[in-house]
Amino acid sequence: MIAGARDGAGTVRALSDALRARRISSVEIAQDALARIAASQPVVNAFISVDGEGALAQARAADAALARGDAGPLTGIPIAHKDVLMTAGLRTTCASRMLEHFVAPYDAHVVARLRDAGTVLVGKTNMDEFAMGSSSETSYFGPVKNPWSAECVPGGSSGGSAAAVAAGLLPATTGTDTGGSIRQPAALTGVTGLKPTYGVCSRYGLIAFASSLDTPGPLARTAEDCALLLNAMAGHDPRDSTSLDRPREDYLRDIAAAHTSKPLAGVRVGLPREYFAAGLEHEVGVAIEAALAELRALGATTVDIALPMVEHAVPVYYVIAPAEASSNLSRFDGVRYGHRAARYGDLADMYCRTRAEGFGAEVKRRILVGTYVLSHGYYDAYYLQAQKVRRLIAQDFVRAFERCDVIAGPTAPTCAFTIGAKADDPVQMYLNDIFTIAANLTGMPAISVPCGFTAQSLPIGLQLQGNHFGEARILNVAHRFQQATDWHRRTPKSGSAQYFAAHSYETGAR
Amino acid sequence: MSFSLDDVTRLARLARIDLDAAGAAEVRAKLDAIFGLIDALQSIDTTGIAPMAHAQDVTIPLRDDRVSAENRRELYQAQAPAVADGLYLVPRVIE
Repeated sequence: MIAGARDGAGTVRALSDALRARRISSVEIAQDALARIAASQPVVNAFISVDGEGALAQARAADAALARGDAGPLTGIPIAHKDVLMTAGLRTTCASRMLEHFVAPYDAHVVARLRDAGTVLVGKTNMDEFAMGSSSETSYFGPVKNPWSAECVPGGSSGGSAAAVAAGLLPATTGTDTGGSIRQPAALTGVTGLKPTYGVCSRYGLIAFASSLDTPGPLARTAEDCALLLNAMAGHDPRDSTSLDRPREDYLRDIAAAHTSKPLAGVRVGLPREYFAAGLEHEVGVAIEAALAELRALGATTVDIALPMVEHAVPVYYVIAPAEASSNLSRFDGVRYGHRAARYGDLADMYCRTRAEGFGAEVKRRILVGTYVLSHGYYDAYYLQAQKVRRLIAQDFVRAFERCDVIAGPTAPTCAFTIGAKADDPVQMYLNDIFTIAANLTGMPAISVPCGFTAQSLPIGLQLQGNHFGEARILNVAHRFQQATDWHRRTPKSGSAQYFAAHSYETGAR
Repeated sequence: MSFSLDDVTRLARLARIDLDAAGAAEVRAKLDAIFGLIDALQSIDTTGIAPMAHAQDVTIPLRDDRVSAENRRELYQAQAPAVADGLYLVPRVIE
């Protein structure tokens, strides 16, 4: 059974308007969010850490700023960060025993920017250990449950961030996306999630998994909210050598334009035939076709495109990402931070026991794969070959974007699957990322928006991928789609009906 | 690609991860499946294709060589499992 929410209820935009109109205080919103998080935690397990006291202190400061008239659009908005992003003074675990007690000495760049924008940090969200997974089941702190069905996974690795928005615990969260880790959980929980162009948001303070692919980004109910968050998160940071020094952009600029009957007139939507092939769940395919019809009704034209090399994206990713992970995770050796084994002999024994105890099974598997593909005699055949195929895939997209402005298709091949269904079969789990990985390999931006439900009331996501720096455009296409549909306003029965009823103070908001 | 138990044990040693015999057997089956997926790359013709190491074709900028970070040793070492006199402690490596 699907409950409907009033237009705009519970969004960042509506809360921001209500705060500025003084219909509600940031402290009230934070108290409300903290109460709902506490109530949901035994079922959904979306959080690893909650900082109630800190949140209320920040909320009081936000209320003071609002009273002074010194407030931005995000002042007083409660938010949570994926537990892979470092938060000064607040535990950052990567959902791993290795960092169970690690308190970050400084903020990640995107965390600091959202703090400076006046957001109220309420806690850290649960995830797959070290962001390696597509189901949020590998967390040392227990699996996250999908708010639409507690039997099902929320996707991953940013499963806690997606579930927190889907369950109506918070209006927005952050995630990170290395192979689909923002978009796939957004699709499986019925929320909106954006992976920006690589280099637009700094990776400083993001505990590295695969450095050439990792990208922080926002999750929220709407594309408009994602644009609001990205406006705060994006920006050059000299501490990340891959952060791009570009003129500042307003990601709301296209969204702000007046709504017409054909707002997408002139937009060419590319349909890769490879994304509509066998393996796509029937109900997902039906929902995507209906979404494409909606885009056409809004004035967009569709054009068939070919991405012949994209079928190799999964194997390329599962060479490059583990290779980079095995290198990045070598820092966890029990010397400078994190877990150290209680009993050991010599130095090598200390490393080996510490890492055996501190890492979970999937993390160890990926380190072993990465170690192998980088080892003497195999480097050229695996790592170098994968990097070459990565370029062939990128060339497919360069050619495709000569013929279209946006590429559309399903975010994931299936809806949310049952907890445990793929836990023992890494290859089946990896194939979940089949449509999302290419955006990481090419560095291009992509967004997942809710576009329908299965007969079992499980959400389905539409992915819109843009060319480099095409965030404003895909956000606008997503926004116009959300103006014409109400999939993003559907909420799970569990808990959230009260949430949206509780937002009565937004009367008069959009 | 098919792994022997010895391969897995050697790999675990390289990766500095303790792995007992039962663990090695389980990992071996999973690695065989994963490499079944990855090995498809071997058949792709990549003659003349330059490896793509980075999502953007940009050169990594260099910062000026000057001291910019303050000394935060005490803060950082507060996270360490064992320290003394500002040093990280590890098992003795030189007798």
